[in-house]
Amino acid sequence: MRLSRMCIVVFVGICLAIPAAVVAEPVTINWWHAMRSARGKVVDTMIEEFNKSQSEYVVVGINKGNYDETMNAGVAAFRAKKQPHILQVFEVGTQTMMQSGAVYPVHKLMSDTGHDIKWSNYLQAVLSYYMDAGGNLMSMPFNSSTPIMYYNVDMFKKAGIEPLSKIDPITWDELGDITKKLVEADIAPSGMVTAWQSWTQIENYSAIHNIPFASQANGYESMDCELLINNEQVVKHIQRLSDWAKDKRFMYGGQKYQGPKAEFIAQNAAVYMDSVSGIAKLKKAVKDFKWDAAPLPVEASMKSPQNSIIGGASLWVLNGHSDKEYEGVAAFLNFLANNEMQSYWHKETGYFPITIDAYNDLKGKGYYDENPLQTVGIDQLNRAVPTTISRGLRLGYFVQIRNIINEELELVWNGKKSPQEALDSAAERSNVQLKTFAKTYK
Amino acid sequence: MIKRSTFKSPVLPYLLILPQVVITLTFFYWPAVQGLIQSFLLSDPFGQRSKFVWFYNYIELFTDPLYLKSILITFTFSIAVASVSICLGLFIATMANRALRATALVRTLLIWPYAVAPAISGILWLFLLHPSYGVVALGINKWLGLNWNPVLNGTDAMVMITMASAWKQISYNFVFFMAGLQAVPKSLIEAAAIDGASPLKRFWAITFPLLSPTFFFLSVMNIIYSFFETFGVIHTVTQGGPGGSTNILVYKVYQDGFVGLNLGSSSAQSVVLMSLIILITVLQFRYVEKKVQYSG
Repeated sequence: MRLSRMCIVVFVGICLAIPAAVVAEPVTINWWHAMRSARGKVVDTMIEEFNKSQSEYVVVGINKGNYDETMNAGVAAFRAKKQPHILQVFEVGTQTMMQSGAVYPVHKLMSDTGHDIKWSNYLQAVLSYYMDAGGNLMSMPFNSSTPIMYYNVDMFKKAGIEPLSKIDPITWDELGDITKKLVEADIAPSGMVTAWQSWTQIENYSAIHNIPFASQANGYESMDCELLINNEQVVKHIQRLSDWAKDKRFMYGGQKYQGPKAEFIAQNAAVYMDSVSGIAKLKKAVKDFKWDAAPLPVEASMKSPQNSIIGGASLWVLNGHSDKEYEGVAAFLNFLANNEMQSYWHKETGYFPITIDAYNDLKGKGYYDENPLQTVGIDQLNRAVPTTISRGLRLGYFVQIRNIINEELELVWNGKKSPQEALDSAAERSNVQLKTFAKTYK
Repeated sequence: MIKRSTFKSPVLPYLLILPQVVITLTFFYWPAVQGLIQSFLLSDPFGQRSKFVWFYNYIELFTDPLYLKSILITFTFSIAVASVSICLGLFIATMANRALRATALVRTLLIWPYAVAPAISGILWLFLLHPSYGVVALGINKWLGLNWNPVLNGTDAMVMITMASAWKQISYNFVFFMAGLQAVPKSLIEAAAIDGASPLKRFWAITFPLLSPTFFFLSVMNIIYSFFETFGVIHTVTQGGPGGSTNILVYKVYQDGFVGLNLGSSSAQSVVLMSLIILITVLQFRYVEKKVQYSG
């Protein structure tokens, strides 16, 4: 009796297993990302669209927390040989990923799987951040932004200052005059605040003025590079901000964006520098005054300013999967780059469309006439062909380096160090990090 | 004669302690040994290559003036947290030990903050003391005329995280002091009172010495708490800033290892941290415990 029951169980089991084996299951592609809340929903919609568009592959998107946590999850999974196919990594992790030996370069993936991609159709200032020294794309740009300058239109009007151009940047001297007027007339408690000080005031300042941030073409050409941020121009810029801090033309609001943004929204500061992703946030939060955006200021001596550089994250394809799965990955990445997806992504999140096609498509449909704010960042990014200096930064232990720069700048703002001392020490401390990084990979 | 009970089977006792030994080995010794090994290596996060570099990570650490500063900050911070929370815990316990009308209610309310996670406690204090939106901070700057700004001023930031960390630990200390106080024989206090000793005198001459075991235990626990568990407070409130002025050791381990992915340096820091805490605990047991009276 018992034996026959056993037979039935086995038979039923086999019956259940067969359909799964006979009908070809779609190949699963795992994508670990750091996009949460509103952005997470946009990502989910994009994945859904892809899954609906074909039946061979199923992309599964999993949020692994913030950028640090996502990268860590990827690292841990790779060590346990359970890595996802696609991992989203923030821009400062680029060098670590590139040197890791754990990635399948995107340019190679695309050509291996027979996708003929016209890379010249992509925004070059975005691509160049993720290329190796030979100009090969290592990871697929996903969410890219750049810093711009927001200002309080009502305050400007009150002080009799004309609204700023959305294309031509004002000079730093002009900004000094504007903030002076605003503060002296008691229209604004303080002049400007800045989010992400290392990114906006040193990394982007250097790129826009074509000043090397680090030797070896900002680290692109060799890991044996050193920071060069203690140069005369950057020191002078920080000196200026520190002088402005004394007469309230500059106010320090914290390392990230929350503090500075709060100061701008509370109308404690008339000018606010932050990523273009601030557009959506300000639209939601500001109710009681008018604001607008302009490109970041440049030095009067800089007649044709360079492009600004990006921040954000890109998609890395990890090693250790089958060819069939990589075909799915390539198809998915290609799908993400199409006009429809790019314009959806851009409209919903404010991050840049990564192809010129998508940009022109939106332009043709009149999107930028209705949303002129969105052009400020794109124009600033595209106003020049990236040089070997303005194409991006390629540094090991970049997270620590940004921390060091933040720390040293704070010592300038609270008067403990002079700009020269602080930047010298930032460079010296960062060079130790760079040395250790290079030693690890040699 | 001390009463002893012995196991008849030689295997059973070992079997009984086995689960605890397995847990300790897997969750304490194994990671500790891993950390120790990792601290002598330079390796990339993906584990593709690693190199034995002897004491390179340690040399880099101890030649970094900021690391030494971080050790100093950690000591200042933990001594501040331990003394604030122990003093206030003791004070509140002494007050609450009197005959009150709603004793149970008062005690429960005083114990509550211990249930708050450090990160939450940090956020709560940040909401009060942030220079841009903190209610108390606005008051301090407006009415006291101070220039309170923990975003920029290192000392202010230190005061803020000390308060946030000590606040919830006060409850913990309160519970132990409360228990300790109830164990003090009433007869001694009454006798002293009849002899004309003032309340303060009674406290210093009788209660305080009898509380010394509790005191000792709490000083160890509070220092360990401020070394490790205050991570949540630092992470939510200052992230080690401004200018590295609240960058305590455990936060630096996290920053360098988890965020920066420099596993070698981070492991070396963990080893240093582990050695420090072992050293402190041993010192406490050797020198402080001698002065402790365990029985009246």
